[in-house]
Amino acid sequence: MMERITTLWPEIVVLIGACASMLLGLSPSVITRRATPWVVGITLVIAGIVTLGWPAGAVLGPMVDYVKLAVIGVGLLLLAVVAGVPDQLRAVIETDERQIAGRGFEPANTLRGEFYAFFLFSVAGVMITAGARDLVWLFLALELTSLPGYIMVATSRDRIQAQEAAVKYFFLGAMAAAVFLYGFTLIYGATGTTEFTGIRDAIVAQYTDTGSLHPLLIAGFALAIVGIAFKIAAAPMHGYVADVYQGANVAVSAFLAFVPKTSGFVALILLLGLIPNDIFASQQLPPALFWLIWIMAAATMTIGNVLGVLQNNIKRLLAYSSVAHSGYMLVPLIAGAVPTSGEPGGGGAAVLFYLVAYGLATLGAFAVLGCLQQRGEEAQTFSDISGLARRHPMLGAVLLLSVLSLIGLPPMVGFVGKVYLFKTAYDGTGGATAAIVLVVIAVINSAISAVYYLRIAAASFFGDGREAAQPIAAPARLTGAAIAAVVALILGLSASHLVDAARAAGYAARPPLARDTTPPVDMSKLITAPADEPR
Amino acid sequence: MLIPLMLLTPLAFGLLLLLPAPALDDRNNTRMIALIGALATFVVSLRAAFTFDWSDTAAFQFVGSVNWVEAFGLTFSYGADSISLWLVLLTTFLTPLVVLGSFTALQGDVAGRHREFFMWLMVLEAAMIGTFIATDIIFFYICFEFTLVPMYFLIGIFGSMQRLRAARVFFLYTFTGSMLTFAGLLYVAWFAAQLNNGVWSFAIADLYAAARQMSPTQQGWVLATLLAGFAVKVPIFPVHTWLPLAHTEAPTAGSVILAGVLLKLGTYGLLRFALPMVPEAVVTFAPYIGVVAVIGILYTALICWVQKDIKKLIAYSSVSHLGFCVLGLFALNMMGVGGSILYMINHGLSTGALFLCVGMIYERFHTREMRQLNGLARAMPIWAFFMIFFCFASVALPGLNGFVSEFLTLIGAFNATQVLGPSYAVPAAFGMIFGAIYILYMAGKVVWGPLKVPTESHGEHDEDHAHGHEQVSDLNIREIATLVPLAAACLVLGFYPTPMLRSLEQPIDALTAPVRQTLAARAADPQPLHVEAPGFDTASLGVTASLEASR
Repeated sequence: MMERITTLWPEIVVLIGACASMLLGLSPSVITRRATPWVVGITLVIAGIVTLGWPAGAVLGPMVDYVKLAVIGVGLLLLAVVAGVPDQLRAVIETDERQIAGRGFEPANTLRGEFYAFFLFSVAGVMITAGARDLVWLFLALELTSLPGYIMVATSRDRIQAQEAAVKYFFLGAMAAAVFLYGFTLIYGATGTTEFTGIRDAIVAQYTDTGSLHPLLIAGFALAIVGIAFKIAAAPMHGYVADVYQGANVAVSAFLAFVPKTSGFVALILLLGLIPNDIFASQQLPPALFWLIWIMAAATMTIGNVLGVLQNNIKRLLAYSSVAHSGYMLVPLIAGAVPTSGEPGGGGAAVLFYLVAYGLATLGAFAVLGCLQQRGEEAQTFSDISGLARRHPMLGAVLLLSVLSLIGLPPMVGFVGKVYLFKTAYDGTGGATAAIVLVVIAVINSAISAVYYLRIAAASFFGDGREAAQPIAAPARLTGAAIAAVVALILGLSASHLVDAARAAGYAARPPLARDTTPPVDMSKLITAPADEPR
Repeated sequence: MLIPLMLLTPLAFGLLLLLPAPALDDRNNTRMIALIGALATFVVSLRAAFTFDWSDTAAFQFVGSVNWVEAFGLTFSYGADSISLWLVLLTTFLTPLVVLGSFTALQGDVAGRHREFFMWLMVLEAAMIGTFIATDIIFFYICFEFTLVPMYFLIGIFGSMQRLRAARVFFLYTFTGSMLTFAGLLYVAWFAAQLNNGVWSFAIADLYAAARQMSPTQQGWVLATLLAGFAVKVPIFPVHTWLPLAHTEAPTAGSVILAGVLLKLGTYGLLRFALPMVPEAVVTFAPYIGVVAVIGILYTALICWVQKDIKKLIAYSSVSHLGFCVLGLFALNMMGVGGSILYMINHGLSTGALFLCVGMIYERFHTREMRQLNGLARAMPIWAFFMIFFCFASVALPGLNGFVSEFLTLIGAFNATQVLGPSYAVPAAFGMIFGAIYILYMAGKVVWGPLKVPTESHGEHDEDHAHGHEQVSDLNIREIATLVPLAAACLVLGFYPTPMLRSLEQPIDALTAPVRQTLAARAADPQPLHVEAPGFDTASLGVTASLEASR
């Protein structure tokens, strides 16, 4: 038990930071209140150092550290983007002004503490998700990621749309939670335990005894996957995405596009890792789950891209782009999270890599929108960004790099991500026709997606800028976006380290069993003889 | 180090143009920097040509490799055989001329955006060179794909009336095709990894060997994905519809690069990947591709005939000409493929030059309509000389470059009885006649006859060319300097293509070896490629006898 706690130091740091920022946000001094984002930033940096210094990999496998570092790294950029969101709220501005004018302090009307604390709570949720070794733990961690999101959406803008978005998000989220919780119950019913190791052993035993898996178990996994589809914004649970992203403040949309999606995919990788697909003759998932994920992937990317093409609002467009990218990320998972043949790390590793690639690119695109304002409202139409590149080359360049990475054009990291996803899909399934068809669907979808991403680039570079939005002074947001774009370019050109990290992480996504003492690190062995690994 | 230098020089100059230095806002400085950058790249490529070992042209030389993603076996590895080198030389030769030809091209709204313009040109040059020298298939694909971005902006910002639509259509059309190619290339790499204990490699040489072990069905699908990307780029007949729009709307520099080099990426891709990787499928489908090529040659030649816009006419003529290129390629014999490669170079020179000529007219009169232009030889004799010269080069007048290559592709197709044969070559030969008809028809209208130029619009956008109806200015020194090197190259390649052809023999031999094996296996005849047209002395046509003998 003590061993388990030692893996949680980064989470503890983040939670302490969350409590501290909640208190600081209520401080009677305006200056202290305004310093809250700095506290959040320092917390994340400390958590990162702690993760590096006391890695949990030895106990839980390197995926935990990978996810923690990824969410902390992208989280810092996200923080730069969301910092300043509360400062634009009417209630917060009025409170500050009243106090500066000497008319007393109204703690009830200042929202900074909550906003930043919830940001950290959500980040902690992702980190805890990665460390889950039990269904109950996994459920709680997923909810810890999502619940703060609902509040961040609701408090991010003064407009009624934000509340509407939050309510939609909350109710549908609650339904999704019910769905995957039901799935978890069925898995528990079929295996008699909530602990990952036990579940896996039970599945192996079941298959060795009967030659098949209990329908209850399959149904449990299917429901869990469909429920988690809500977190990752995949079909059939993608309905909320456009409305919520549009209603929320654009910076919060960037947050929603990365943080809950990451926790959802991590949960999916953990769940699929429970099915040791190497016990099957085909070395694949059971057909029902294979086709479930296949159909989800095909439907998600097609729906996302086709609806994306139809949008005239860039926030909605990026929301559907988020859906589409979830579809791409589902592609390698048809072979299960940890296929035993071919690519070490398998689909899980490809997804972990792509999450970072996608996070950086989408963050840049949302943040550029957040740097613009049209008549006091945030920029969200094509005419708002028209001629952007000419008037503000910096914003235009960031937007272009982000969009190119989202299209998956070389040399951006999005391209390496796509190479990784599709190659793993071939690899994990042994080049099955179904996998090839899915990859072809995915590349056609990439081509469709180019239509709407290019509209963004075209508006920004070719537009006349007659009704363009004005830039606002948001140095932190601009810096965050610029760093994200540059990192997306650099990672594209030197992806090796991140790929290696994702590979090691993906391999370890298989729950390390108490009985399984082999440290899964030696990559060369994995490449040549993956099946020899004892289970 | 020559190849990295060749890649990085234009990139460095391109980035230099983006520096926030006020001196760069001056048009003169910007274009001089671009010109120096392009010339420097040309010098580097010349240096490469002179240090190249011309006795062993099939081997990749100047090879080097930079690891990219080791886990996947992805590298930036490069090298050049003589095919690559000639195409690189074409690129580096055309780019300075394009820069020189674009000195006054930016007028009107975009006059202030010369930094962007030359930056994109430089980046485009780097991407094109990268495509030709890559020996890692993903490195090739990266450069191939990345050419879309600069071209998209060149067309979208600096093009004419319908530029937005043209840029979008160009990008989406080619991107869709090449995404399918991407899936196909990954599949080949996966297949190779299976044969190699799961160790991935994207090195072209590794993939050649592995891909040949695919079943005919697999090869067929891989060929289909390759064609999806490369046929759009070439473009081969039914998927050529993006080209007239993109060509017509692009600025002159864009059209020249597009016709001169970018289209060749498609034929180069087919030659470099389709022929050696999937020989079974290539042999099976060559007749069908040949049919499409012949249809393309004739159909687009007829379309050319009815064009009213000079630029559009030349654009369509590109489709027709590249039909010959594809026909020669899929003749799968030394003459056909050799002619096809020569055609790539020649078409780049002559069509590029024609676009430059039309661009010069457009800069003066702001129209490309044939009915508004007439008898320009009276007012612009120098321009008329070059125009007619390049028209002849384009219609394959003996003595000029187009002739040798067009003839070789036709002979190649004629002799390739196992895949194409006379029933392909004979109708294709009518394409030559049509070519002469439409080009001369256009030349006759525009160059000769009574002088007629549009009166209302010309000269008002550009002070350099303020002139009235009577005093149409002829080419200035800069413009002549742009065209003379092209004309010289056309003449040299027309009279003495032997060294180039000879240097191409070895790599062609290597690239077509798998196809020859397949053909030999399929035919009872042990030497199926040696079907000589009786009484044809190819040596007298400037084609070396060794071209034949080498097989």
